[in-house]
Amino acid sequence: MENYLSLFETYNVPAAFWVNIQLSFWAAIWALAIGTVLALFRISPIPSLQLFGAAYVNIFRNTPLTIILAFGFLGLFSVMQISLASDLNISLFRIAIVGLSLYHAAFVCEAIRSGVNTVPLGQAEAARAIGLSFLPAARLIILPQAFRGAIAPLGNVLIALIKNSTVAAAGSVATESSGLMKTMIEFRSDLVIPIFLTFALGFVILVIPIGLLTTWASRKLAVAR
Amino acid sequence: MSAQQVLFDAPGPRGRRNILIGNIVGALIVLGILAWVISALAGKGQLTAGMWTPFLESRTWQFFILPGLLNTLKAAGISIVTSVLFGLVFGIGRLSHSAPIRWIAGIVVEFLRAVPVLLMMIFFWLALGSSGSVNPEDAPLIAVVLALTLYNGSVIAELVRSGVHGLPKGQREAGMAIGLTRNQSLRNIEVPQALIAMLPALISQFVVILKDSALGFIITYPELLQFTRRLGVGEGNVIPSLFVAAAIFILINFALSTLATRLSVLLSFRTKGRKPAAKGSIALDASTPAPT
Repeated sequence: MENYLSLFETYNVPAAFWVNIQLSFWAAIWALAIGTVLALFRISPIPSLQLFGAAYVNIFRNTPLTIILAFGFLGLFSVMQISLASDLNISLFRIAIVGLSLYHAAFVCEAIRSGVNTVPLGQAEAARAIGLSFLPAARLIILPQAFRGAIAPLGNVLIALIKNSTVAAAGSVATESSGLMKTMIEFRSDLVIPIFLTFALGFVILVIPIGLLTTWASRKLAVAR
Repeated sequence: MSAQQVLFDAPGPRGRRNILIGNIVGALIVLGILAWVISALAGKGQLTAGMWTPFLESRTWQFFILPGLLNTLKAAGISIVTSVLFGLVFGIGRLSHSAPIRWIAGIVVEFLRAVPVLLMMIFFWLALGSSGSVNPEDAPLIAVVLALTLYNGSVIAELVRSGVHGLPKGQREAGMAIGLTRNQSLRNIEVPQALIAMLPALISQFVVILKDSALGFIITYPELLQFTRRLGVGEGNVIPSLFVAAAIFILINFALSTLATRLSVLLSFRTKGRKPAAKGSIALDASTPAPT
């Protein structure tokens, strides 16, 4: 037990989780923005934008996140020498955020599209009947209802994003929790199970409230029909 | 709203002109982004013939890509079988008549679904490696399979549970009426029907398993990404190698996703009438792979 507690003096576990939370926070904002635009593209009347939206979703949804984040480090950072900050670690951190955002935007787009599917046909017909064209109809009538219908799937994407932020290890973000867990186990292989349970419990504590909250919100905010 | 074309009217002359303008502008922007990416790649010398010719040689495929793909398919294939078994056992456990079994299965499934797959993978890899109970060379494969099984098995357990809940109540009542016990009716009547209804979602989960097998890269399992990285470092063409690896994953996963979508359309006829409220959304939800 003393051995176990002394680990926390040597290694800063909360700081590692904080890195994951930051990665998830910024990636969630960007993914929501990109995903909403993609969803608009996919339901728009313009064929080239529809095609782009569909191609984007199919490419990013079917690529392993590990490849995208490894590409960020091996390709963008090492070969292309793209840097998003003067500091090396901050640059890798931002490249990981870009990778996480691009990947999860595809799932946000599909979540919003499934929300659009919950909006009854009559709503769109009514919007047209009062003379709204595509963008005003989407902005005033369809999307507000679609977001309310998409809370549960969007919550699932957020939960997946938080868990997937550990994959940033493939993009050489060494300070996040899966990297720290590996280091800790390598130095204290006698405590492998308590160390794993600590990190696992950390994610349970992060993820389960979000699941409960989005389930509650999706019921509370569902459009009564 | 399944027919999304109702969002806009059948366009008149002005509408057609606006759509045409939008179409051209949109296409130009997309092409502009593509041209920018291509010129950036070309600027770093990534598009010269020498970067790509290794993929025309048989030794590249023989010694790098095919062995990697084989290892990826091996890990994914074993994990698919074991996670379906795990999912069936725990899914039936969550529906069990006895409360303790239900609770235990519930806690296990909820816990495993909340823990990142990568954490489990690293844990099993290091724990197996230091315990000495398995051959150190086998530790990465076993860790990949164990982690994928525990996570995806839990997701499949939830699919089984929701599939059984989606069945009409009459199915179980009919089973009881002909003298089956609750467990017998669950195993012989409800779960087989639920399995067919959840087939599209199950296939989407296989896509997740295949994608997540690439996490083995981080724990030194020699799968496709690991081999293509070695190839890229050896030949000095890391970016083309990663593109080829991604393309292979996309092709396989796209084929599986298409199969899932087709199946869900096909099966919506079989399961029609059960959930008449939202036809369109069910088809979309079932065939939409989860992000992990």
